[in-house]
Amino acid sequence: MDLYEYQGKQYFARFGIPVSPGGAADTVDQAVSEADNAGYPVVVKAQVQVGGRGKAGGIKLANTADEVRHHAGNILGMDIKGHLVKRVWVEHASDISEEYYASFSLDRAAKKHLLMLSAQGGVEIEAVAAENPDAIVMLHIDPVDGLTPAEARAAVLRAKLNSAATDGAADILVKLYDCFTKGDCDLAEINPLILRPDGGVHALDAKVSLDDNAAFRHPEWDEYRAAEELDEREKLARTHDLQYIGLDGSVGIIANGAGLAMSTLDVVNQVGGSAANFLDIGGGANADVMTAALEVINFDQSVKSIFINIFGGITRGEEVAKGIVAALGRVDLRAPIVIRLDGTNAEEGRQILLDAGIPESKLQSKPTMLEAARAAVALAGGK
Amino acid sequence: MAIFVNESTKVIVQGLTGGQGKYHGLRNRAYGTQVVGGVTPGKAGQDVEGIPVFDSVADAVKATGADASFIAVPPKAASAAILEAAKAGIGFIVCITEGIPAQDEARVFNTLLRDHPNTRLLGPNCPGIISPGKCNIGITAGEIAQLPTAAGPNVGIVSRSGTLTYQALYELKQRGIGVSTCVGIGGDPVPGTSFVDCLAGFQADPETHAIIMIGEIGGTAEEEAAEFIKANVTKPMSAYIAGVTAPEGRKMGHAGAITSGGKGTAKGKMEALAAAGVKIGQNPTEAGELMAAIVATL
Repeated sequence: MDLYEYQGKQYFARFGIPVSPGGAADTVDQAVSEADNAGYPVVVKAQVQVGGRGKAGGIKLANTADEVRHHAGNILGMDIKGHLVKRVWVEHASDISEEYYASFSLDRAAKKHLLMLSAQGGVEIEAVAAENPDAIVMLHIDPVDGLTPAEARAAVLRAKLNSAATDGAADILVKLYDCFTKGDCDLAEINPLILRPDGGVHALDAKVSLDDNAAFRHPEWDEYRAAEELDEREKLARTHDLQYIGLDGSVGIIANGAGLAMSTLDVVNQVGGSAANFLDIGGGANADVMTAALEVINFDQSVKSIFINIFGGITRGEEVAKGIVAALGRVDLRAPIVIRLDGTNAEEGRQILLDAGIPESKLQSKPTMLEAARAAVALAGGK
Repeated sequence: MAIFVNESTKVIVQGLTGGQGKYHGLRNRAYGTQVVGGVTPGKAGQDVEGIPVFDSVADAVKATGADASFIAVPPKAASAAILEAAKAGIGFIVCITEGIPAQDEARVFNTLLRDHPNTRLLGPNCPGIISPGKCNIGITAGEIAQLPTAAGPNVGIVSRSGTLTYQALYELKQRGIGVSTCVGIGGDPVPGTSFVDCLAGFQADPETHAIIMIGEIGGTAEEEAAEFIKANVTKPMSAYIAGVTAPEGRKMGHAGAITSGGKGTAKGKMEALAAAGVKIGQNPTEAGELMAAIVATL
């Protein structure tokens, strides 16, 4: 789960990482009140999970309450690259001497934690990496050992930050690493990390991505989850505990297993169609799970056909077929189904579907993934 | 021959008295795997359909001489279970648990690397391993795996995705092609066993004559495999990579299956593997067809 900037800053604060004083606001009045608390001048920042907020007019400096009123009024409700701004973050505007970059992530190839630190912050780190890779200090950290204050300090010195920032930056690195590990982040990034004229160092932005697998030990994440921007289809899927991702196409997809679901999207695309979603129903394709999956797919108005792609391993074909027949009795589907049932006891399963007497206009069975994909795409009328 | 396991592998099941552990442990035994014990703290002295249960892995190893463990416990308990098995001297650990936090996985991986270099972890979040006719540890349905033949040619399978592992087994079964060993390495960010580990095993195994590899988007494991293949693998290979159409920045079910910043894409992985001489199928069936064509020439 990716956090909004304001949530990231709140998360940072839990680990003692200094951020600008400020608060989140959903209305103009709230924004003014937060600005009064933070102290003028303030920056009003649109809270959307997309880059280029500044260019789109989503970040404004305000010196007075009237200016906050004006800017917050413009920004709230603004559309930034398809993202509706429902909330702003209002914080005290900082004087900036220098801008740095710092992040911790997992280097999957090295299977170690990776610190990236650069004196060139405030710009996209990918650009720095491409143009001037030597400007980024990369330090691999053994997760068993962790990061010591001495190592953090050495990294800061290597990155050649202004000497006035050494102590503050080293301290923040140790705290950011704590946030990354104890806070179960996939990514904890500060860009920019700023040095102020008064010698202080703090995080001016926060990019935090949380590891969903660790949610069980972080009850404090519930409020982030509640604020997550999901489309209606995804919300419905979540209430059914289904692994669902909404897409733009017209062929609804149900498959068992993440790999097979991905593969199903690919095959639909190969034969000239496009998928309306990714939906993995996992190992157990029983009637309840299948009913829930069909309900979610049926909710999506752009779905013109439904491709159920099941490979029976331990889940046997006849169980899957029974589940589908039962589900069809419970959900009134708008779109026809094409099913490919393969693997263990697939023939028995297909026979059950046949014997159920479902008209072919509602359900077709195809022996292979490719044939089923072609049929589903044809029913959906191509793209 | 087979890689990692064989007919003399003795397996204990950590979590044998739980739903998953019991179901799959008994299935594995029914397949012919030597399932010699189970571990559930506080349940020593009980048995599960004749399989004795012990309090700890150490006790189980002492009593049974087990050299492999099948871990089917919830995510909260999985890391400790893996380390307990390693400390007790288990050489091969299969962990099917889905949903272990990445930070825990990274710590466990590096702890094993440092303190238990001779222990191999397969998974977590993987379907397990099957050497048809010899040993099946995990959740693979044994009946979809074609037995290898003494004369060959036999194919080794390595896959990051569970259902696509079954799909690959099935493609070969339908064509009557024998399988030496099928390894599901799992879709998590820090897998204990990598493509490269399996490819090295298959390359060294005289009863494996060709290899199918199933990858997916995210990370660089396939690219690393391509480098390894170029330098070390002489056996013919076919491959399939899932997720060509996956949108950027969205996790496709597996915690490891995500592309970001133009990295980890299916296209890049296919190109890397093709450059290493691997035949690339556009879907799992095509990878199976390509393998059938390869096998016909062996």
